[in-house]
Amino acid sequence: MNIARDTALELYRVMGTIRRFEQRAEQLFGENKIWGTIHNYSGQEAVAAGVSAHLRDDDWITSTHRGHGHCIAKRADLGKMFAELLGRETGYCRGRGGSMHIADTSKGNLGANGIVGGGIPIAVGAALTAKQTKTDRVAVSYFGDGGANQGTFHEGLNLAAIWALPVVFVLENNQYAETNPVRDAFAVEDIATRAAGYGMPGVTVNGQDVRETYRAGGEAVARARRGDGPTLLVMDTYRYGGHYYGDPQVYRSKEEIEEWRAKRDPLAIARDWILTEKLASPADFDRIDTEVDAAVERGVKFAEASPPASPITLPEDVYAT
Amino acid sequence: MQLKEAPSATREMFYAEALGDALRQELRRDERVVIFGEDIAAHGGAFQVTAGLLKEFGKDRVKNTPISENGIVGMAVGAALTGLRPVVELMYVDFMGLAMDQIVNQAAQNRFMFGGQARVPMVLRTQGGSGRGNAAQHSKSLEAWVAHVAGLKVVMPSTPADAKGLLAAAIRDDNPVIFIEHKLLYRTKGEVPTGEHVVPLGVADVKREGSDLTIVTWSREVLFSLDAAAKLADEGIAAEVIDVRTLVPLDRETILRSVRKTHRLLVVHEAVKRAGYGAEIASLVAEEAFDDLDAPPKRLAGLETPIPYAQHLEKSVVPQVDDIVHAAKGLVG
Ligand SMILES: Cc1ncc(C[n+]2csc(CCOP(=O)(O)OP(=O)(O)O)c2C)c(N)n1
Ligand SMILES: [Mg+2]
Repeated sequence: MNIARDTALELYRVMGTIRRFEQRAEQLFGENKIWGTIHNYSGQEAVAAGVSAHLRDDDWITSTHRGHGHCIAKRADLGKMFAELLGRETGYCRGRGGSMHIADTSKGNLGANGIVGGGIPIAVGAALTAKQTKTDRVAVSYFGDGGANQGTFHEGLNLAAIWALPVVFVLENNQYAETNPVRDAFAVEDIATRAAGYGMPGVTVNGQDVRETYRAGGEAVARARRGDGPTLLVMDTYRYGGHYYGDPQVYRSKEEIEEWRAKRDPLAIARDWILTEKLASPADFDRIDTEVDAAVERGVKFAEASPPASPITLPEDVYAT
Repeated sequence: MQLKEAPSATREMFYAEALGDALRQELRRDERVVIFGEDIAAHGGAFQVTAGLLKEFGKDRVKNTPISENGIVGMAVGAALTGLRPVVELMYVDFMGLAMDQIVNQAAQNRFMFGGQARVPMVLRTQGGSGRGNAAQHSKSLEAWVAHVAGLKVVMPSTPADAKGLLAAAIRDDNPVIFIEHKLLYRTKGEVPTGEHVVPLGVADVKREGSDLTIVTWSREVLFSLDAAAKLADEGIAAEVIDVRTLVPLDRETILRSVRKTHRLLVVHEAVKRAGYGAEIASLVAEEAFDDLDAPPKRLAGLETPIPYAQHLEKSVVPQVDDIVHAAKGLVG
């Protein structure tokens, strides 16, 4: 599949935005402006960028505790994201949710999720809505290798398969669930083989190469949109940071991290590909990088200028009226 | 000749360390004890309670599991029914939601449903509470969920010494025990007996004596209530602080005896007030000691909202020291 210049540069921009957003978030965390925990996505950018590139604003996603990337790739507003991290009234969740619960229903993002595996059946439910209301909308569920060992994975995939629902299951195999390596949590080598047991296609994808994630995501989303049912995509990827920001990471080696960073960085791979195919010049990358930096800075400024969330109005959001 | 009991040696320990000490004590004592949970082996658990246990007891007794709460708890039920004494860790009490069938429909009821043929000697260790910016899915106080279910015991220690002694008792108990720690107590310190230490379930502890009102509380709010009692003392109000330690079984006598002395009851807990366990204690006192009361029993508890993320919002929904002082003065005044 040939990817056109505009698409290629857009994929690069989305990945760059995720990377830069999280660098700034870490800085703000270090300045004690962010409370609680952040789980960074850096290293995995090609997954969300490549798959969500095929989604419209009226398609849905469910996300995870590691949700910044999914949120940005679904075209969220960076200012409202930063405002949420800073506990401001203008944040996506009015300071009630924080990093682990950012949702943007206007763009079909049904939320980051603090419960591992919690989003899987919710995406199936959104796909049920799409089918029931006779639309061609689709749902994508992003979840981790750890999430794949929850009961919700089994129940969700089976439900989606028997009713041929328009949903794509994107399992991000970043090699660890907290400290637990994938080899200790699965007895199968190739996780995608699980799909056969549910009667749906299962594909293993190089999650570091955005061409691959874009291609596989495109096929799975198109299949769902056509009404042909769900797909399981297993994306091999890696998180550069710890499980959470500040994780001492005694369970893996520095060499391993360096190996992935040096040889399998999604931004570097995209740059190489785009330059090699002469889809763009180094100057194009410089321009995009500058624009990304500026967009992120605007977001931080917006958040810092926003008022703190109000405790007075807390009871308002408990029930719908 | 009368033998004087030697005072047992103590050492200052963190709450997390004291829990680990109890696990070590019981793993050594009884080879049927096994522990499993997410990231508990080499890593020592999200709160470092099981640190060092893998090394001493090996991977057959200290096991890491995948993220499969329903399966983990169910496996504990099955192992308990057939002769092991499993201690499982759920990283956050909020994740009980995933395992509720195994806790309520299986563990709690098996013995009764089977006409007394079976026993389910398992402990589910977990931790709850707010105060770390972990937001609504990682900060709840859910003791009322389990206290409501016949067949379960519910333990919530507030000090390192109680943590050790109560965990040991929970492991030795022949029933399923839900043992709920608090995330902000792990780094609190206190003197803990270094030798064998067991605190029986169902015995409350008067953590401070007083004559003007009785504060009944548990878990982290015990610490807040003791701080409040110190402030109240400065204003001439003597608060008695009772740490129930175990919600089920509940030490009714200690509570009633205190209220008969002070004539006033304030129940303080972090969990949401509505249908919270405080209602159980307030109605116990209303039913059994109504004539001794000089004021209606009062509850001070969490606001009826999920726990919000932002630090200032989070504080605003659970009772703080000054809230307790204020409520106590209102009751006495
Ligand atoms: C139901 C549940 N169990 C445990 C946790 C604690 N926890 C948070 S993230 C995580 C690891 C998740 O691993 P994975 O699904 O592979 O996602 P990753 O963190 O690697 O992106 C765990 C155990 C949780 N949040 N929810
Ligand atoms: Mg993972």
